[in-house]
Amino acid sequence: MTKKVKLALLAATMLGSSGAAVAQDTTLTIESWRNDDLTIWQDKLIPAFEAANPGIKVKFSPSAPTEYNAVLNSKLEAGSAGDLITCRPFDASLSLYEKGYLSAVQDLDAMKNFSDVAKSGWSTDDGAAAFCVPMASVIHGFIYNADAFAEVGVEVPKTTDEFFAALDKIKENGTYVPMAMGTNDQWEAATMAYQNIGPNYWKGEEGRNALIKGEQKLTDDGWVEPFRQLAKWKDYLGDGYEAQTYPDSQNLFTLGRAAIYPAGSWEISVFNEQADFKMGAFPPPVPNDGDECYISDHVDIAMGMNANGKNQEAAKTFLNWVGSAEFATLYANALPGFFSLSSHDVKMEDPLAQEFVSWRSTCKSTIRSTYQILSRGTPNLENETWNASANVIKGTEAPEAASERLQGGLASWYDPQK
Amino acid sequence: MAVEQTTRPPIRWHIAVFLAPAVLIYTAIMILPLFSTLQLSLFSDVGNRQVFVGFDNFRTLFGDPRWAEQFWNALKNNVWFFIVHMLVQNPIGILLAAILSSPLLRMRAVYRTAIFIPTILSFVIAGFAWKLILSPLWGVAPNLLDLVGLKSLFQPWLGKEAYALTTLALISVWQFVGIPMMLIYAALLSIPDELLEAAECDGITGMAQFWKIKLPLILPAIGIISILTFVGNFNAFDLIYSTQGALAGPDFSTDILGTLMYRTFFGFQLQLGDPNLGAAIATAMFVIILIGVSIYLFGIQRRLRRYQF
Repeated sequence: MTKKVKLALLAATMLGSSGAAVAQDTTLTIESWRNDDLTIWQDKLIPAFEAANPGIKVKFSPSAPTEYNAVLNSKLEAGSAGDLITCRPFDASLSLYEKGYLSAVQDLDAMKNFSDVAKSGWSTDDGAAAFCVPMASVIHGFIYNADAFAEVGVEVPKTTDEFFAALDKIKENGTYVPMAMGTNDQWEAATMAYQNIGPNYWKGEEGRNALIKGEQKLTDDGWVEPFRQLAKWKDYLGDGYEAQTYPDSQNLFTLGRAAIYPAGSWEISVFNEQADFKMGAFPPPVPNDGDECYISDHVDIAMGMNANGKNQEAAKTFLNWVGSAEFATLYANALPGFFSLSSHDVKMEDPLAQEFVSWRSTCKSTIRSTYQILSRGTPNLENETWNASANVIKGTEAPEAASERLQGGLASWYDPQK
Repeated sequence: MAVEQTTRPPIRWHIAVFLAPAVLIYTAIMILPLFSTLQLSLFSDVGNRQVFVGFDNFRTLFGDPRWAEQFWNALKNNVWFFIVHMLVQNPIGILLAAILSSPLLRMRAVYRTAIFIPTILSFVIAGFAWKLILSPLWGVAPNLLDLVGLKSLFQPWLGKEAYALTTLALISVWQFVGIPMMLIYAALLSIPDELLEAAECDGITGMAQFWKIKLPLILPAIGIISILTFVGNFNAFDLIYSTQGALAGPDFSTDILGTLMYRTFFGFQLQLGDPNLGAAIATAMFVIILIGVSIYLFGIQRRLRRYQF
């Protein structure tokens, strides 16, 4: 008898305690491709949120960047995805929204803090519905080893002529590899090279919108010239750059063996940690002195909620927090190089990040040319651009031939370009 | 009547019962997915609904010049990948097995284990290790070549269109040479000593003994290895994906059917996945492998002579 009572009590305590735990804590899981940010989420962002919102626990569960889209799609289809989804910009997330995997978020209070441009990456084509809360943009430019520049005696270049003169001088000196970039991973060539210097030639938004409307072609001078520039880069890259991967390039630069690194601002936090020399940054050089400059200020990352998630209310609370000034400041300072898209006045401490963000006031911002609408069909313009840029840098395809091929591919499915 | 009933053989339930687990499991995890893949390739996504489209996906795959070019490029690369394995992996495997089975060799177990170990490594580890070895920046390959004064021979092999696929095929050979070696080694050990002694009495020794006595006896094992290599190579994916990524660079020179299928099925970067077209490629792969295996089974295996000892 006593034994039975004891068992019953034991069972009651176990059931009771576990029941209470469920009622108290809602656990939100964040799907993300930013596995580099794991510690920042765990040590800074999540504790700040949990302190302000007791009862909601948050788990950050990233996967590898190149696998994220495939993994996420499979998880959503299987119904095993987390409550919060980190959103890639444009079509990848738009298609998730259209399939009903992402909830509309335009009615959240936090969405008032973002401009239409900031929301453009995660809105339907007519702008009526938004499905992710914008988190950050990244800016392209060049990061340089300031010590190396001083040692070799080159100035920060403003025009392309100065840029190549500086590269020549560094190459002649021989101490440093002039530029750290490889073509093995292909995307570096497209993202850090073509999309980095390109806006100066196609005049940023002007050229990008004209391309979408069908008023310009990829074979026009503004779109071919960046390829012609890339074709000259080959001589300044390190030995065996054909097999150099993205991490190789990062290490080459942070070990102080290269002078210039064609960069995206997301590198800042990694470089600050690893490089023990002074770094500076300059925007993509303009063709002629005094030309208007354009920078790629690309909407990059946002967060939405799983429409089939179990913890909708908690997820909304989290998204409102993502749109708050507190998050913007925490995020921009924890990850210098990811610039807030919100209208909050965000103070950043990192000098390199300040340098990057200062270009917003002197140059005109644009987003990467291939991302909106133009990569909807097959062949995919963005992926083709990776391949074309890598080929052009290696010299296996002429700039004009690459442009012809891209234009042919685009015209094969995109009506305004036919 | 009653007599007849007793003589009728009882239904042999035990056969069904014993077969059931294997049949059920095999059906659930092999046959059903196979047929659902075939079925998927006949549908297409129209306005977020699956619609039956007949052979449209195959028409796109083989008719659209862009898809067709990618497919034939992948198939061509795959054939080359297979040829390298057949010409390098299997002869080396046979050679190693022949050396291992030589009675003069000492420390046999050590060699056998050392050569077999890469086989149990993950593709990712093998791919990453070789990528580092061959890296022009930090790799040991350029330094080693420098030591013997052959630095000029070094190339960023994995980054050049002309060499990348062959390099990857050789990495795969390095990893899997242990399998043909073990199979042939086992076949060689099963050759009875009397046969070899009889050969020696007839004056056939050394190399002649290998060519005239042992090789004909291990031909069936070589056949099995060839077909395993064929199926393995045409299903390959991991090594290319882990070293060169889903775009199978440089310039698609290492793209094989597996990577093409992955890219199409799951999508890549901004390219959204198209499971239907992906399934069409998977079906094409299945047919190619089926044809290859059938040629072997009906054309070659039946003609192989087997010897009873």
